[in-house]
Amino acid sequence: METYFTKEHEWVKVKDGVASVGITEYAAHQLGDVTFVELPKVGKTVKQFEVLAAIESVKAASDIYAPVSGKVTQVNEALDERPEIVNEAAEDAGWMAIMDMADPAELQKLMTREQYDEYVRSLG
Amino acid sequence: MSTASYCPNTPEEVREMLAATGASSIDDLFRPIPPGLRARSFELPAGMSEFEMLHRFETLAGKNAQHLSHFVGGGYYDHLIPAVVDHLAGRAEFYTAYTPYQPECSQGTLQALFEYQTAICRLTGMEVSNASLYDGGTALAEAAMMALRITGRNRLVIDGAVNPFHREIVRTYLANLDVELVEIGPKLGMEDDLRLRATIDDATAAVLVQNPNFFGSVSDFRRLAADAHAAGALLVVSAYPVALGIVESPGAMGADIVVGDGQSLGNPLSFGGPSFGFIASRKEYIRNLPGRIIGETVDKNGQRGFVLTLQAREQHIKRHKATSNICSNQSLCALRGLIFLSSLGKQGLVELARLNYDKAEYAKKTLGNLGGVEVMNGGATFNEFTVCLPKIAEEVVTALLRKGVAAGVPLSPYYPEMERCMVVTVTEKRTKDEIDTLARHLEGILCS
Amino acid sequence: MQLIYEKSVPGRRGVRLPASDVPAAPELPAALRRQEPAALPEASELDVVRHFTGLSRRNYSVDTNFYPLGSCTMKYNAKALEEAAKLFAPYHPMVPLLPHGSSFSQGCLGLAYELGAALAEITGMDEVTTQPLAGAHGEMTGIMLIAAYHEAKGNKKKYVVVPDSSHGTNPASAAMVGYEIITVPTAPYGDMNLDKFREVMTDEVAAVMMTCPNTLGLFNPHIQEICDIAHDHDALMYYDGANLNAILGKVRPGDVGFDVIHLNLHKTFGTPHGGGGPGSGPVGVKKQLVPFLPSPRIVKYDDGCYGVDAPAHGSIGRTAGFFGNFGVMAKAFAYITMLGRDGLIQVSEQAVLNANYVMSKLKDVYDLPYDQTCMHECVFSAARQVKNEVHAIDIAKFLIDRGYHPPTVYFPLIVKEAIMIEPTETESKETLDAFIAVMREAAELAGTDPAAFAEMPRTMPVTRLDETKAAREQNVCYFGC
Repeated sequence: METYFTKEHEWVKVKDGVASVGITEYAAHQLGDVTFVELPKVGKTVKQFEVLAAIESVKAASDIYAPVSGKVTQVNEALDERPEIVNEAAEDAGWMAIMDMADPAELQKLMTREQYDEYVRSLG
Repeated sequence: MSTASYCPNTPEEVREMLAATGASSIDDLFRPIPPGLRARSFELPAGMSEFEMLHRFETLAGKNAQHLSHFVGGGYYDHLIPAVVDHLAGRAEFYTAYTPYQPECSQGTLQALFEYQTAICRLTGMEVSNASLYDGGTALAEAAMMALRITGRNRLVIDGAVNPFHREIVRTYLANLDVELVEIGPKLGMEDDLRLRATIDDATAAVLVQNPNFFGSVSDFRRLAADAHAAGALLVVSAYPVALGIVESPGAMGADIVVGDGQSLGNPLSFGGPSFGFIASRKEYIRNLPGRIIGETVDKNGQRGFVLTLQAREQHIKRHKATSNICSNQSLCALRGLIFLSSLGKQGLVELARLNYDKAEYAKKTLGNLGGVEVMNGGATFNEFTVCLPKIAEEVVTALLRKGVAAGVPLSPYYPEMERCMVVTVTEKRTKDEIDTLARHLEGILCS
Repeated sequence: MQLIYEKSVPGRRGVRLPASDVPAAPELPAALRRQEPAALPEASELDVVRHFTGLSRRNYSVDTNFYPLGSCTMKYNAKALEEAAKLFAPYHPMVPLLPHGSSFSQGCLGLAYELGAALAEITGMDEVTTQPLAGAHGEMTGIMLIAAYHEAKGNKKKYVVVPDSSHGTNPASAAMVGYEIITVPTAPYGDMNLDKFREVMTDEVAAVMMTCPNTLGLFNPHIQEICDIAHDHDALMYYDGANLNAILGKVRPGDVGFDVIHLNLHKTFGTPHGGGGPGSGPVGVKKQLVPFLPSPRIVKYDDGCYGVDAPAHGSIGRTAGFFGNFGVMAKAFAYITMLGRDGLIQVSEQAVLNANYVMSKLKDVYDLPYDQTCMHECVFSAARQVKNEVHAIDIAKFLIDRGYHPPTVYFPLIVKEAIMIEPTETESKETLDAFIAVMREAAELAGTDPAAFAEMPRTMPVTRLDETKAAREQNVCYFGC
């Protein structure tokens, strides 16, 4: 399973045309204690880099952008009750949505793990 | 002799401070301002001491008509204010503080506003409240925008019997947005909600009503609420907090968002402000509320404390995506409202409402008995009612003003077809004598 | 401290109302009648007095503590202002709206009109409406006026431009009026990046919103050029008056080229902040915007009498119930009346002196990202202290324990670990020296014992509060008794 990253700190893991999406550990750490995740509605269709969801901490709010185009087939409802899962396991149990990916070619526009790690280092 | 000044530094201190900054003079500190940008004019009178100022202000205030007998409302009401309200809200620790951004040294304001939110929830039958908005009209506009956000729809239905000033504020707020605002003209004497109910459709975000409405009528909005909910729309009710002493709460009638003006809770008329707007809703909509909200939490030792919460909705964090642009609210006026409600208490508010209701009923009966005067409300009223006169209402009100009685609000500026009607307001401050005098003057004018 | 609801005793009564002098009317019909009285507190008058007096003592305030909260202008609130406002408490705002009613409200109408005239002279604008109820409300009103202006001219406008250092209310207010926001970054010297500004300026820009001096406390020397560029695209210049205290009598936004301005009477004109409000946000405009001003408009006739004008055709309509937060307006007018021309000039001079004095005495121990002569406030960064894991918020809590309300922290957003200090003109050198000493002490402690900050504040009724818990649990209303 391949994982790709965006400059806005989302990750996407792809397997058989199905993409799971979340935010990176770096982003979760930057936000601080997550207090709310506004999940997309199942069935929502988004284009790559459009707003997919939103996330809030005590002192910050930010949009989460879709790393790939597609249709949302499932959302992580556990985050409604326990948004802190994002802080505990951002790149695992803290996933936000599962999407049917529209165009695998879009992954070319994303970063690999190595590229992303380098990018985060460049942010200082 | 000399003018007031609140700058304490002596010339010697100013010299020392300038030396520390490295500037050669005060003017030197203003060198970042290019000379071409300096003020071209600053023609203001010379200052004066506080004594002279107050003397001048007394003269100015004296140019208003004194001792008018008020039977006018229009959303602002002449109510009693217990002495404790001025004294407690006048404590400088409350009124010279600012927004409680630093919670540890602002627990007084924070706890008071938490208690205020609780009072508003209990009055309106709602689950969550914010810490105040500007006034009743802007609160209605905020509720309308909140309903648009919640439902994702862009059509609003507003009852023409909502205060015309508040309707105008809603229109102003929505003018530049892609929203259809449907106003349903009122029919006096026909206080059913059939026409409102018939206007709700699947595109409707909310129905906006007022209880008691601008004509004074009290309505049961349960069927309207059911119809709105069946269509996926919200019911927004603008309420008069004093009436809630005896009138069923909007929450019990099915409202989703309740707003209103808190002036009648311990805030003086003060020529229209400051008062406060309140907004409360069902808990599921809390993230869509505008403005500041106080929440309960604990400190490091597990002790209860209060903080500004859900700030990520607000402009200082979310900027253009915030639920509203509001920053300063009307905290001190909300505090006055809380002190008012606390000093009157559970039973006191019921008695206050009852006094308003009884006096208005007496006035309604007395005026209704005058020849040619017809009470227009079809059903129950609270402390206002609408009468139709055998003459043009504006002319009658003008004539009565000259006798020191502000008899009511003529309706023609707001409802051109109702030129013989006026709304009469009777609060607990009006005595039986004043009501009888109003009736006598009115009879005199109608017979002349 | 217990909540007033927890002190409630069933059946206990506070203030009593007069007895009724009319017959009791029949009850409301059952469907309309409240079934359960609202569960308001049941307390004696003394219970209420002790409760709220107790609460008041759990606050820092200008009257009890130095309160250098940047961007908020927490100056002394003269007591005479309170007395002035009380004189106008009994007057009903509907009276001048009754037929021929304005002759019964000459005092109130006159005050509002003359305040507007004074503010117009102070800001260099042609006319002022006092209707907006706070600064952000004024911003929204101002942007609505701009939208009406463009619509009347048939201009197709889509965007409002703001610098990234702007107050959050600026983009939020523009968004309320349906505009999209373009944000311009700050250049290394602290002002809006002019090249980037030129790039974003097109004929689709409706307005440019600026604070001058900006939120870094710096006066933008290119402000006239910015106005000219905006006007070349028929975009209007909006002046956020939050920082007007810095330039009273020195610069008038109207002279510089601004078309619309809002004022914060609760900042610049000495009216109290009330724990978060009420404020008052009058809006001044240049001639071309006068036809769009909100209604009702207060006017002065040739005979010297004041009246309320019929709604003008182009007016944006009402933005608030009546004539504005009149009680606040009365205080501001009292302030202007007492200080007069020279007193107001002294305000900005002493405010700027105090800010520069604090800046010069602290810049060796705190980072000063934009090291220039400041205006009424200065913005430090705790970046140096952060190396020892002491953040701006920790320094704030240290100050609380020493009896100071902290400066604004973490704003403006463009300065990391920002500490924004606005001393105001009403503080004495002794007060500033004592504050400077404590700030230096904090910087020193950050070097010697950074761990000590974690437990601060310890002298308050509560220690640091769990804001995450509050946001997750959302207990905003008391559900007990």
